[in-house]
Amino acid sequence: MALLKTDNITMQFSGLTAVSNLSIEIDSKEIIGLIGPNGAGKTTAFNMITGVYKPTTGDVYYNDTNITGLKAHEITHYGIGRTFQNIRLFKELTVLDNVIIANHLRLKSNLMESVIRTSRYRKEEKHIYEKSMSLLVDLGLEDLKDEKSSNLPYGKQRRLEIARALATDPKLLLLDEPAAGMNPQESIELMGLIREIRDKFNVAILMIEHHMQVVMGVCERIYVLDYGVTIAQGVPDEIKNDPKVIEAYLGVD
Amino acid sequence: MRDRKKVLTLIFLLVTIIAVAVLNFTLDSYKLKIITLCGIYIILGLSMNLINGFTGLFSLGHAGFMAVGAYVSALLTMSPALKDTVFYAAPINPFIKMIQAPFPVALLIGGIITAIIAFLIGAPVLRLNDDYLAIATLGFSEIIRVILTNTQTLTNGSLGLKGITRYTNMWWSWGIAIVTIFFMIWLVKGMYGKAFKAIREDEIAAEAMGINLFKHKIMSFVIGAFFAGIGGGLLGHLIGTIDPNMFRFVLTFNILLIVVLGGIGSITGTVIAATAVTILMEVLRFIESPISLGAIHIPGIPGMRMVIFSLMLMGVILFYPKGLMGRNEFNWDYFINKKFLKSKKKSV
Repeated sequence: MALLKTDNITMQFSGLTAVSNLSIEIDSKEIIGLIGPNGAGKTTAFNMITGVYKPTTGDVYYNDTNITGLKAHEITHYGIGRTFQNIRLFKELTVLDNVIIANHLRLKSNLMESVIRTSRYRKEEKHIYEKSMSLLVDLGLEDLKDEKSSNLPYGKQRRLEIARALATDPKLLLLDEPAAGMNPQESIELMGLIREIRDKFNVAILMIEHHMQVVMGVCERIYVLDYGVTIAQGVPDEIKNDPKVIEAYLGVD
Repeated sequence: MRDRKKVLTLIFLLVTIIAVAVLNFTLDSYKLKIITLCGIYIILGLSMNLINGFTGLFSLGHAGFMAVGAYVSALLTMSPALKDTVFYAAPINPFIKMIQAPFPVALLIGGIITAIIAFLIGAPVLRLNDDYLAIATLGFSEIIRVILTNTQTLTNGSLGLKGITRYTNMWWSWGIAIVTIFFMIWLVKGMYGKAFKAIREDEIAAEAMGINLFKHKIMSFVIGAFFAGIGGGLLGHLIGTIDPNMFRFVLTFNILLIVVLGGIGSITGTVIAATAVTILMEVLRFIESPISLGAIHIPGIPGMRMVIFSLMLMGVILFYPKGLMGRNEFNWDYFINKKFLKSKKKSV
């Protein structure tokens, strides 16, 4: 049973087909890459899986449950967490608050309990605080916990986005260009980090990435999109030598 | 450390209570009324700041919410005999005539009914964003006013309600203001307040983190409206008469002025600005009366106060774009550290 399965999902924006008949299958604890030239429809695919867009046709299954057309927050509830290509942190809030907020969806206390601070609420709050702190430690951000998140350097902001996504307790983590804006050293660290996250949190990871060293180094399987069409899929070595992929990236004489 | 803060807060509360008591005995009724009004504006400012400042919903429906609260609570505290004399143009609905409740219950029911109406308005309107939301809420606020004007047998139409017992005193207004302040502090500090702020910062990210946007927006809107309704009820029982024209857009603007001056998203700022603006509104009355400066004679121009406030608002926006306090709050740590550091330096 696949953790996530998309069954021929297609997204059309008034005539323009951004993604057509995409079928992905991800098992638990796999690390999968989704690559392709700019405008290939990778982020659109993410947005269909996470409920930002509803696919024009096709269905998305999570643990054999059809989640097509559910709202984004409901899909996060099921266990799909994500980061954003153009970082979307809660800019004015602290690093710690950014992670704490991502725990809100599992909160059982209601609003009045939070105001009068019942013992159940205080217990939950303490648990959330500890969990968020340990996430920050895992991602090496604990010293910056009281810093305003927009003051962080770019690479750290990307790490914070990952910490925040992990705080929602996902089983599948969608990373949208996690290495973008990172220097070579940071990119290499990121590869190690991605594997660590998979092992420690038992998540499957689906990542969009342009940085080929990272993709080939860390992904177990890769899907290649070009103009919305899946042109290749397979293990990194197959992808590297696939003439269609080379053509899509480099053009052909 | 935390205990010290608790003690300080308790001392602060005690001082406030003593201050209210002392002021209650020493001030004349005119000044007392102004100070009472300050408390009411704190409640109103905080309720608007929750919706606009902390949740980032640009809502301009406050006057409408206040109107509902004021009418419901006033109709509940008026005696059947009084209602008969006030409703001389058209007889009052017999059911409305008979129901009566003590002041605190009436306030609470006023708040609850306002919250229910906010829920009904919010369900369609909160799907809008930014200026669209502002226009829609403004429209609903006017609709409430028009309905109040035209339901003669329920609200006495444009004649308004007169002879409302003036229950609102210092204790009620400041008591409820303090409860509101603490409610807001705990709400904003807690998980739900953080979720509201997340929505303000980035809706798409908030939703991707599993926050149900609609549910949380409605919560913030309804809680804000509840306190606005209570504020409206207090205002009605302070002035003694209410009519639909009291609840025009200008009233919403006055509260918005307080929120913007104090800092959008700061409880401390709202409390300071509410007090300052309310007192200035009265102190600056002299500007509207004729003034003679030796040879120069300035005739009284009604509305001059608003010119002063507009200039103040411009000044604040130019020099403090985020308002007096920005998003900062008063906190004991900062206060103590500053004082202690100073005294340490002196001793060294």
